Amino acid sequence: MASGNTVSSTGATDAYVRFEKVQKSYDGEILVVKDLNLDIARGEFVTMLGPSGSGKTTCLMMLAGFEPATNGEIYIGDKSINHIPPHKRGIGMVFQNYALFPHMSIGENLSFPLEVRNMGKADAEKAVKRALDMVQMGDFIHRRPAQLSGGQQQRIALARALVFEPELVLMDEPLGALDKQLRERMQYEIKHIHENLGVTVVYVTHDQSEALTMSDRIAVFNDGVIQQLSSPEDLYERPQNAFVAQFIGENNELTGKVEKINGSTCSVRLEDGTKVKAEKVNVNNVGDKTLLSLRPERVEIDPVGKMDALLKGKIEELIYLGDHIRVRISVAGNDEFIAKVRNRGDKRDLKEGQSVKIGWAASDCKALDA
Amino acid sequence: MTDAASDMDTRPATANNGPLLTSDGVPLKQKLAITTRRMRWKAFLLTVPLVLFLIISFVVPIGQMLFRSVYNTTGTDVTPNFAVAIQKWDGEDLPSEEVFELFVKDILQAQKVRAIGKTPGKLGTRVNYELPGSLSLIRSAPRKLKKITEGPYKEALLSLDKRWENPVLWRTLKRVTRNFTPSFYLAALDLKYDAAEQIVAADEIYQIYVSNFWKTIWLSAIITFLCFLLAFPVAYLLSTLPLATSNLLMILVLLPFWTSLLVRTTAWIAILQSKGIINNILVFIGIIGDESRVQLIYNQTGTIIAMVHILLPFMILPLYSVMKTIPPSYMRAARSMGATPFTAFRRVYFPQTLPGIAAGTLLVFILAIGYYITPALVGGADGVLISNLIAGHIQKSLNWSLGAALGTILLVTVMVLYWLYNKFVGIDKLSFG
Ligand SMILES: Nc1ncnc2c1ncn2[C@@H]1O[C@H](COP(=O)(O)OP(=O)(O)OP(=O)(O)O)[C@@H](O)[C@H]1O
Ligand SMILES: [Mg+2]
Repeated sequence: MASGNTVSSTGATDAYVRFEKVQKSYDGEILVVKDLNLDIARGEFVTMLGPSGSGKTTCLMMLAGFEPATNGEIYIGDKSINHIPPHKRGIGMVFQNYALFPHMSIGENLSFPLEVRNMGKADAEKAVKRALDMVQMGDFIHRRPAQLSGGQQQRIALARALVFEPELVLMDEPLGALDKQLRERMQYEIKHIHENLGVTVVYVTHDQSEALTMSDRIAVFNDGVIQQLSSPEDLYERPQNAFVAQFIGENNELTGKVEKINGSTCSVRLEDGTKVKAEKVNVNNVGDKTLLSLRPERVEIDPVGKMDALLKGKIEELIYLGDHIRVRISVAGNDEFIAKVRNRGDKRDLKEGQSVKIGWAASDCKALDA
Repeated sequence: MTDAASDMDTRPATANNGPLLTSDGVPLKQKLAITTRRMRWKAFLLTVPLVLFLIISFVVPIGQMLFRSVYNTTGTDVTPNFAVAIQKWDGEDLPSEEVFELFVKDILQAQKVRAIGKTPGKLGTRVNYELPGSLSLIRSAPRKLKKITEGPYKEALLSLDKRWENPVLWRTLKRVTRNFTPSFYLAALDLKYDAAEQIVAADEIYQIYVSNFWKTIWLSAIITFLCFLLAFPVAYLLSTLPLATSNLLMILVLLPFWTSLLVRTTAWIAILQSKGIINNILVFIGIIGDESRVQLIYNQTGTIIAMVHILLPFMILPLYSVMKTIPPSYMRAARSMGATPFTAFRRVYFPQTLPGIAAGTLLVFILAIGYYITPALVGGADGVLISNLIAGHIQKSLNWSLGAALGTILLVTVMVLYWLYNKFVGIDKLSFG
């Protein structure tokens, strides 16, 4: 009843993990996850990224088997796992608070998954040692979790999730409790371990730079829906909608109405009446309201060459940040418009209160849903 | 160097190591002591009222009470002169004529004064503790001794009653006229002095205390274990339910505290007695016949049932407070690593509840071992605990010294158990919440 017969024809794709029309509600009133469809290939590193409460942990818990899906199917390989209990799923898991068992030594923590699998003592010892060496914690085998720093505990949690060689590892904000420097180092370590072992990783975070650093693909969650699933580069360069544009990286927004659509570009009249060109991404009809999204580093101040858009603005504020200067400009009724100017060493005379012209290439300005 | 040495001769070691100095050259420790002294005084003053209250109302009376277990002045109170004289007797044959004379005069004097607690009857009771059957002899002595107006007193006394010829009686009198006595501890441990002044086991019918101590410990252990069995799942539920539900459940757990202990115990009488609710239901659905109603109360069963109910919250609360701190992610981690729910519980969850279990069992056991009201009401003859015997000696038989001796033994037992517990479990590992 549980597995065998429920294998569906749709399960037979090359996807390793597959969410199919998954819905989840805790209280029968609100859908926390609405119609989730997600394919993850074997060996892929996929990150679920999204604001707090967007349903990332819920998805992970459904995959791990701690929460039942209210509707839809989840497949691993080509088997539906909806009715397989967590301990038979063979999924490694790293928790945000590490969940290292406080009453066991590090060695006992790591051999726990091997013991419950009835692995021989000698083999288990070898596997534990290998896993500890992998995270450079071989010397700590006899310590208790409480005697380790947060970063060390994190490594142990990682080693413990990997020691029984699962094919799929889930991590729920594993670096959330670490300071910035350590977090960055661990990001690289996890990435390297992933590359070396070839395991499939589903990673949850709400730190976008973490997601961009580590992932093959990122699923941006909002409101229980995947807003966009693509590579880090695509996510940044080609956001599919306003939420993704706002959520990933810094972003300038200008609102307006579509006046003309011309293949892949369109003309937009801004609120103050200026007309600019933008790339058509998520608008369909002339007359639609649109939100223009523009990365600060793609904005040119007093451009020399020909630009697809040219607007007048006034510098409101200059912030010196070493490698670049942030310029806050009021443009087209928006006084939170940011431009990043690279610090090339040539002293550009930007002054607060100065009037400037700003421009951009149409391909850098995305016309999105408003 | 010589100056420094003479300055600091009280702290020779510091001269070499060089103590840390403040910028003014005062040793840091000294300066710290000065600055913290005020704070410590304040802290001390805050506790003074409570300390005084405890000393006056608790420590002193309890100390006095316990002192009575080895100090009993009945003998010297009733027959002060005789008490001194008989100590010189070597215990062979009978005491000398002078001792007899003092005995007769002291008894008559005591009878004349009739001071409270110093009547010959009191002495009779006291002697009777150690030599059963001598109460009437001594109580009736004053009436008979009145006839003796002049010596030789020894002959006159011996001719009054054959029993005065018994040297054991006089040896016992010698013992009870000493203020400090181990007799009550012997009695509390089911021991006595035999005719030859050797410590031996008491007569069988008087051997009630040691077995009752064991019964008390055994019943307390059963009660503690049952409390644990019942409390663990409830505490688990409390700690995992959503807040609104668990609060409601918590109120139910605490509800018994809002009702008087007496009311709760009486309720159990209504439920358990042979014409009570449980028996009526059993008879009604035909499980037992009307003639063979189950005796659920006025025996050990009654004591166990009622005390488990009353002590249950003391097990639930520490368990709950510990379980509350165990995040669900531990169990999830264990299961994700391949452990079945049972293995995850046994290997991961349960060991982490041990501090709560330890605290709960200690609390319930120590409360149970000294419990009084409930066993008194529902225990019958079989289900009474050592506290009930102690209370009996304090309130009814008025043998305060024996009550005190039993109380002291109970106290020491609890302290020994606590010490063992500390040694094997570690008090610092307990968590009372
Ligand atoms: N056990 C639960 N019972 C009821 N509602 C829940 C439960 N767990 C989560 N929720 C709700 O589901 C929604 C999604 O929660 P989820 O934990 O998946 O968010 P998340 O994306 O992981 O957020 P975060 O980044 O803060 O961890 C939230 O609105 C939350 O309130
Ligand atoms: Mg979460």
